[in-house]
Amino acid sequence: MANPSAVCNGHLHHHHHHQKQNNLLKCGLSKKNGITKGMKKNGVSNGTPYKKTFIEHFEQAPMYVAVFTFVGFAVGTIFGYLRDFMRAWGLEKRNIATERAQQKDFVPLYQDFENFYTRNLYLRIRDNWNRPICSVPGPQFDLMERVTDDYNWTFRFTGRTIKNVINMGSYNYLGFAETDVNALKTVTIELEKYGTGVCSTRQEMGTLDKHVELEKLVATFLGVEDAMVFGMGFATNSMNIPALVGKGCLILSDELNHTSLVLGARLSGATIRIFKHNNMQSLEKLLRDAIIYGQPRTHRAWRKIIILVEGIYSMEGSIVRLPEIVSLKNKYKAYLYLDEAHSIGAVGATGRGVVEYFGMSPDDIDVLMGTFTKSFGAAGGYIAGKKGLVDFLRTHSHSAVYATSMCPPVAEQIIRAMKCLMGLDGTTQGLQRVRQLEKNTRYFRRKLHEMGFIIYGNDDSPVVPLLLYMPGKIGAFARRMLERNIGVVVVGFPATPITESRARFCVSAAHTREMLDTLLLLNCEEFG
Amino acid sequence: MTGMDVKNTPSYLYWLFCQFELITCSYLMEPWEKVLFYSFNLAMLGLLLYTAYVCVAFHASSAFQLLCSFLGNPRGNALSVLK
Repeated sequence: MANPSAVCNGHLHHHHHHQKQNNLLKCGLSKKNGITKGMKKNGVSNGTPYKKTFIEHFEQAPMYVAVFTFVGFAVGTIFGYLRDFMRAWGLEKRNIATERAQQKDFVPLYQDFENFYTRNLYLRIRDNWNRPICSVPGPQFDLMERVTDDYNWTFRFTGRTIKNVINMGSYNYLGFAETDVNALKTVTIELEKYGTGVCSTRQEMGTLDKHVELEKLVATFLGVEDAMVFGMGFATNSMNIPALVGKGCLILSDELNHTSLVLGARLSGATIRIFKHNNMQSLEKLLRDAIIYGQPRTHRAWRKIIILVEGIYSMEGSIVRLPEIVSLKNKYKAYLYLDEAHSIGAVGATGRGVVEYFGMSPDDIDVLMGTFTKSFGAAGGYIAGKKGLVDFLRTHSHSAVYATSMCPPVAEQIIRAMKCLMGLDGTTQGLQRVRQLEKNTRYFRRKLHEMGFIIYGNDDSPVVPLLLYMPGKIGAFARRMLERNIGVVVVGFPATPITESRARFCVSAAHTREMLDTLLLLNCEEFG
Repeated sequence: MTGMDVKNTPSYLYWLFCQFELITCSYLMEPWEKVLFYSFNLAMLGLLLYTAYVCVAFHASSAFQLLCSFLGNPRGNALSVLK
């Protein structure tokens, strides 16, 4: 696999990494307040397949935090019942969806816990989501100001915009979401040449020379034989997994996989078994059981066993244990599907994803999938691998046959971003961005650790979830951050376990040190 | 809690109150719900204090009586205890 980067020497970088990791380990362990830190290293001690230390944190909160969280939910639930009672007895105006009088003998529609939760807890803090923005989602953006008169039932826009809000929520890892005219020169040329729409599917008349160029470039970038691009990242997963597996196959999927993977797996009709998040013992047990017992009733061998994992998990910030998975897959003759939506461009010495991060060869992985939405500032996804695989997908994938292909200006944006990353445009800007992202990530995580916050995930992942736990804090954190001109994304129940709500920061290469410092200072004031 | 000036009592109390609000989700409540919640809490607290007061007073006075009876009539009490 040719690595055309002349600036970085692979070995040198690894040592540098290792030293930095050790320093981080030292200063991370010394400065702590009373909370014990449960740092988990990978379980294998010597002769590991890992070339550098793999540090992931999933610290447990102290007991009083769990107690307070339950108290918060209990109070919220009691008041929820009170409000529901008042609404049912007409003491309060009903704004929510209710069933019509004619339907009263049918099975009730709105009685389960999800609706109760939505009505009574989510609605109180609803103003922190779906905030409309009106500028490019770079390191800073503009928000439309939105107020509510009746406690989040309805919103109205005041007409003003809040300018220069620091953006900690967009997946803009390398900072390619920019409006600089020089950077977008080629994109404007292509826009004037091709227009915006393609008006066809790939198989009919939708394959432009831009797509062929892009596919070749993606294959070179990743170091594989061939690649295929699709117009939408979510659709890449959900439409291609059914083409690869079917009935009689077994899918082993990680607990915390993204909805697109879950949807694709369910659509395929194969048997799905879940293994615990990043837990190799659980995966090995499932593999052994699959091979020993075969299919459920007939005990025939499974036609195919495929393992679905992601490069970086976006809610936890953890990185997949790729060397161990590859060794397991080789031992038990299974296939591996790696979804690098968040990790392509964001980890690795030259931004080539988790495969490069672990120093492995892309031949080890059967299906490499990724999206262009996150690190390349565009839209769409790709699937890469051996030529036979990609040729099969060109004819059999739903997305290739029925979905509209990627539009040319977007394809050109990806081409220019990738060329920048590979250094083919003659500058070292791409590599600088990757380095800047790495520096920002390290700095941010280290500072948050020193302040005593609980952060999940790997030390090298640019996705930083800060645990908030209590439902009251979710709303308070997001609102106060906005008052001080910082836009954050907070996540609560359906996307995370109910007691582990969090604020998720996405560090970007475009963030300057001052922006991160502002954020850290405000965090400190909030909780200190 | 880095950067906190514990000596500054009014702001420390305010900070404690804010923490209480966040933990019990009263930050999210509408004003009339807050009034309801705080009055309920204060009523419970008052009841608890009154119970403690009564209980402690009763317990203390009964303990004092027992002590007095020990000192006042040692022999009699000693015999009754032995039996």
